Amino acid sequence: MNLTRRDALALGLGATAASLLPLRAVAAADDAIAAFTGGAEIGSGGITLTAPEIAENGNTVPVSVDAPGAVSIMVLATANPTPGVATFNFGPLAGSQSASTRMRLAGTQDVVAIAKMADGSFVKASSTVKVTIGGCGG
Amino acid sequence: MINRRDFLQVSMAASAVVGASGFGNWSRLAAQQLLTQDQLLDFDTFGNVSLIHVTDIHAQLKPINFREPSINIGVGDNKGQVPHITGADFRKLYGIDDGSAFHYALTSDDFAALGQTYGKVGGLDRVSTVINSIRAARPDALLLDGGDTWHGSYTCYHTEGQDMVNVMNALKPDAMTFHWEFTLGSDRVRDIVQELPFAALGANIYDAEWDEPAEDFEPYKFFVRGGVKIAVIGQAFPYMPIANPGWMFPEYSFGIRTERMQEVVDEVRGQGAELVVLLSHNGFDVDKKMAGLVKGIDVVLSGHTHDALPEPVLVGETIIVASGSNGKFVSRVDLDVRDGRMMGFRHKLIPIFSDVIEPDKAVSDLIDAQRAPYETAMSEVIGETDGVLYRRGNFNGTWDDLICDALLSEREADIALSPGVRWGPSLMPGDQITREDIFNATSMTYPNAYRTEMTGELIKTIMEDVADNIFNPDPYYQQGGDMVRLGGLGYRIDVTKPQGARISDITMLKTGEQLDPSKSYVVAGWASVNEGTEGPEIWNVVEDHIRKIGTVHPTENTSVKVVGA
Repeated sequence: MNLTRRDALALGLGATAASLLPLRAVAAADDAIAAFTGGAEIGSGGITLTAPEIAENGNTVPVSVDAPGAVSIMVLATANPTPGVATFNFGPLAGSQSASTRMRLAGTQDVVAIAKMADGSFVKASSTVKVTIGGCGG
Repeated sequence: MINRRDFLQVSMAASAVVGASGFGNWSRLAAQQLLTQDQLLDFDTFGNVSLIHVTDIHAQLKPINFREPSINIGVGDNKGQVPHITGADFRKLYGIDDGSAFHYALTSDDFAALGQTYGKVGGLDRVSTVINSIRAARPDALLLDGGDTWHGSYTCYHTEGQDMVNVMNALKPDAMTFHWEFTLGSDRVRDIVQELPFAALGANIYDAEWDEPAEDFEPYKFFVRGGVKIAVIGQAFPYMPIANPGWMFPEYSFGIRTERMQEVVDEVRGQGAELVVLLSHNGFDVDKKMAGLVKGIDVVLSGHTHDALPEPVLVGETIIVASGSNGKFVSRVDLDVRDGRMMGFRHKLIPIFSDVIEPDKAVSDLIDAQRAPYETAMSEVIGETDGVLYRRGNFNGTWDDLICDALLSEREADIALSPGVRWGPSLMPGDQITREDIFNATSMTYPNAYRTEMTGELIKTIMEDVADNIFNPDPYYQQGGDMVRLGGLGYRIDVTKPQGARISDITMLKTGEQLDPSKSYVVAGWASVNEGTEGPEIWNVVEDHIRKIGTVHPTENTSVKVVGA
C-alpha cells in the first residue's frame, strides 16, 4: 500500500495544521469579536458551551451553546481560516436561548461562544477542542 | 457528631490497616510456602452491599504471566500520584515487602525470578472460584465487568468474541460496559448485546447522527441488594472512534460528556438511588477528574488503563477502585449503606495466583470446550525466548521490540511503528512462543501490516500527536494508551513540554543519522485506524520472523531518553 501524506492526514492527522495556523486567522477571530461586541467588555458566567474535548471527526464537531436571557450568541472557531461558525439570534418569544450545530475544525484550537444579553452586556465561554491522529488506547 | 466525610476517612484508615497487615503477612507466608487460597480470599464481610469488579480481561481465559510497568509517568496534577508510581516506590507506598507475593503481582522488578516462586496469574476458572467464594459470604453481591472482555486472543478473534461471551455468562455478571468490543463491528456487538443475560451499559454511547443517547445501550440499571437501591451507571471508553477504527461502528459517538454524567447521576438519585456506582472505562486519571467534577457518585470502578491498586483512591466523597487487567486481579468492595448514604467501605484487591486458587471445574471445562476446535493450530510452537517478553510501560517493551524487528525485517522497512496498547501477556525466559502467544500480543480485527513512505516531518508529527495523547497535563485530553513504539529509531522526549516540542534528537539507529524532515522513509506498521489498509496480518509477519530467528534474545531498549519524568 502506498499511503501518501495527504491520505494519512485525512485520517485526522489534520493536527499538523494546528502548528501552521496563520496568524491571520486569530486576528480574524479578534476582529469578529470586536464587530459583535462593539469593543464592549466581555464577562463570564451565564453561558455554557458544550463541545468534545477531542473531536471524533474534525470535519463535523458537535457544539452546543446555552445562555439564558441572551438575545444573540456567536460561535467562533478561533483558528479556522474563516472563524465564524454561526450567530444565533433569539426573539422575545424564544422558549430558550440555546442552540446546537456542527462545525469543521482545521486543527486543535479554542472554540469561543459569546452571548449578547438583553441588557446589552456580553459574556463568553471557551473550550479547547483537540483534533488528533488518535493513538491506540489500552 | 461525625459527618459523612469523617466516616469515610475513618473507614478508609481501617481499610488501610487491614490491607497493610495483609501484605506483611503474605510476604512471611510466602517465605514459608504457606500462601493459600484461604488467605487470598480472607475477608471480614462488612456492611450490607458487596461489589465484585473485573475489567480489561482481554480474552485471557487461561492463566498467564503479566509484567506490570516499570515506567508509568504521570503529568500535571497526577505527577508522582498513583497509579504513576512503580517499582520500589510503589512497594514503599503500600508497605509491600521485597520478594513478597504482592511485589511480584504489582511491580516489575525481579519479575522472572519471582515468577519462578509464584507462578502464573489469572484464568477465568480461578476468577470463578473467587467470585463463588464472595457470593458464598454475600449471595447477592454485584459482579460488574468494566469491558475490554471480548478482545485479545486467538479464540476470541476466531469466534468473534463468542468464547468470552460463553465463559463470562457462566460467571453471571450483573452489568458490563465497553471498549474493544466495538472493534468486532457494530452489527456483531448489537447481536451479542441483544442476547446478553445482563445489562449492557454506556451513558456516553450516543447516536452519531442525532447526538442523542443510543437506544441499544442503557445508561444505567437499578439493583436492590442488601435492601439498598443501587444504581450502576456505565461509561464506555470515551475515545473509541479516535483510538480505534470509527468506520467499524460509524453509528455511535462517545466522548467523556461530564454534563451528561451529572444529569444521569441526578436522575438516578431523583429516582431514589441510595448508592451510585460508576462502572467506567474512562481510564484512571480521567475517572479522578470526573469524580471531582460530578457530584453524587459513591464508587467508581475504573478500567481501561490497566492499573491495579491495593487501596481505593479517595476524591472528595467518591472512592475509585482500580482492578488491573488480563484476569490477574479481582476487586471486592464491601459497603455500608444506611439512610441513603455510603457510610464506609472495606476493599481488597485479590491477586489471582493460578497455582494457589483452585480452578472451578465447571468453568475449566467450559473454557476447554471453547478452545478445543483451535487447540492444534494455536498450540503450534513457533520459537522460544531466553528473556522476558512484555509490553506494559510508557515506551517500548520487549514484545514491541520483537514486533518492530519483525516489521523492519519482513517488510524491508527503515522504520517500524507499533501501537502503544496496554494489553498482551508476558512470556518468561525459556518459554516456548506459540501461535497463541503471538495472537495474545497482536490479536485485533484491523491487523494489516502496511508498508508506506513517510517524510521525516510526518513521522515527527505522529510522534508528537501520540505523545500528547499520553502526556497532555489535562487527563481529559489523554486517551489512556502508551507511546507509539518505534523500530529503527531512537529519540529524546521531554514529557513536560507542550505538543510539538516534546520530541527531539530523532536518530536512525542503524546509521546514527538524525531523521531528515524532508527525506522520505519506508515505514512499516500495523493497527492503522484507516479503512482499507492493506498488507499481511501482523501475526503472520511476527510468526515468519520468529521462525527465522528461532530463539528470541530480548535486550533492554535504551533508544528512548526520557526527560522531565
